[in-house]
Amino acid sequence: MTDGSISKKALKSLSLPGGGRGRSGENPGDRAGVQSRRKIIQRVMFAFFKAAAVINAIALMIIVSFLVAKGYRAINWSFLTEPPIDSMTKGGILPCIVGTLCLSLGAIIVALPIGVASAVYLHEYARPGRVLRLIRLGINNLAGVPSVVFGLFGLAFFVVYLQMGVSILAGCLTLGALTLPVIIGSAEEALRAVPDTYREASLGLGATKWQTIYRVVLPAALPGVLTGAILGISRAAGETAPIMFTAAVFFTPSLPTSIFDEIMALPYHIYVLATAGTEIEKTRHLQYGTALVLIVLVLGLNLVAIIYRARLRKRRTG
Amino acid sequence: MDADKGRAKKMVVKNLSFFYGGSKALTDVSLDFYANQVTALIGPSGCGKSTLLRCLNRMNDLIPYSRSEGQVLLDGESIYDPKVDVVSLRRRVGMVFQKPNPFPKTIFENVAYGLRVNGVKDRSTIEQKVEDTLKNAALWEEVKERLYDSALGLSGGQQQRLCIARALAVEPEVVLMDEPASALDPIATQKIEELIHHLKKCYTIIIVTHNMQQAARVSDVTAFFYLGKLIEAGVTDTIFTRPKLKQTEEYITGRFG
Repeated sequence: MTDGSISKKALKSLSLPGGGRGRSGENPGDRAGVQSRRKIIQRVMFAFFKAAAVINAIALMIIVSFLVAKGYRAINWSFLTEPPIDSMTKGGILPCIVGTLCLSLGAIIVALPIGVASAVYLHEYARPGRVLRLIRLGINNLAGVPSVVFGLFGLAFFVVYLQMGVSILAGCLTLGALTLPVIIGSAEEALRAVPDTYREASLGLGATKWQTIYRVVLPAALPGVLTGAILGISRAAGETAPIMFTAAVFFTPSLPTSIFDEIMALPYHIYVLATAGTEIEKTRHLQYGTALVLIVLVLGLNLVAIIYRARLRKRRTG
Repeated sequence: MDADKGRAKKMVVKNLSFFYGGSKALTDVSLDFYANQVTALIGPSGCGKSTLLRCLNRMNDLIPYSRSEGQVLLDGESIYDPKVDVVSLRRRVGMVFQKPNPFPKTIFENVAYGLRVNGVKDRSTIEQKVEDTLKNAALWEEVKERLYDSALGLSGGQQQRLCIARALAVEPEVVLMDEPASALDPIATQKIEELIHHLKKCYTIIIVTHNMQQAARVSDVTAFFYLGKLIEAGVTDTIFTRPKLKQTEEYITGRFG
């Protein structure tokens, strides 16, 4: 603290006379004008950045409060614990909740190990060169593929070619493929943030490269990897297009008993109620209620991961 | 070198040159390091002293497009021989870095790390070794109550002594120190220097330093580098009082560098 103020003072006393000498012809008022104009520009820019950040938070708040306002009447205990009845104009959404939980957790179970393994290869092992550039190009393009194309791929490959049928498994694999680039990207970012001095210290103690990665680098990168998992889960839970051909069905009153069962899912249920149901207007409040449940579910999944990550970080720095 | 008679040569560097890509960082360096002595490598920034240090445990292998010529011997055997296992070499030649870099683990786990990666599993053996090593590194009294707290909660000086302890735990024969005190305050520096003095009974120590007084205080032999070349090496007292070359004298007295 003291250091800072001294050096600032020193800086001022050094720079002011210098500046004055530099423009000896100008009167002091001009310089004050330049000073205050610079300050105004700074204030305006900061206000702009702040507004940009605040708008994000406001957008989320508007969406959530809109859903709450429109959908809260639909939410009660039986809505959360019963299957839909009367051509889905009444009853609950339990199968959809269970289905979405299965799909998003399954997608992470598929994508996290593969994604982290890819990131470790790309960042820790691969030698720079044409092969590495090609792989990266592939991953970046995968990130840009529209989700409906993933759905068609899942239908053609998992459902038909591998004969999985419309099932949780096919849906998880399709969603896993969709979230893979997100997870690879954030895992690689997390690995990049691990200081090289950790790697050197570990190797310097006679650890192998694998021991170094497994015991030092990965644990240090874990919070960042979890951030990727959070993003992945959120993405997977909300997607409609990839599951509509591979896992989700219009209606099934029973809960799944194996990974080869077909299921209902929240986003697809919203889509069905809002576009293809028999009584679109009549089920409006159910649609908003379902959307509200979906968003709360995603926030809940995120919260679990965020709390875990925070505890991890705290343990790290003590 | 007169004071070296009767002492074993622990490491020998013969005509070593080192290249980062196209640029030459070391030119034809030949230097002996004696067992149970402290050798200080001094010279201005970019003179190659850190490069030389990192050649001694092949840490430079990690740098892409680098290569070396010449020989480095440990107990008479070339460490750049294709048959040599780099992992076990690094266990024998430990390293302490410029900035304290404890792992984001507990104090205990930092010291135990080297044991664990080298296959020690027995809990009581590890506990005993951690305690002994921390005592040896003059840190035990300060941390014995909080062995299971994060090492990142220690002060800079304590962290550096922890890093020294971490390096000592695997019982290396040679300890390389790359400006180990440059990020520390004078009191912490003094503790590190006392530690180095104490450690040379058991280890061969090679230290890179920018601090002339430190080199004079801690080392038995001093080697002066300039522009990738070894200019002069000899018993520290002689180098600091009657250097043979004018260049050495000018650097030591602060007239350039």
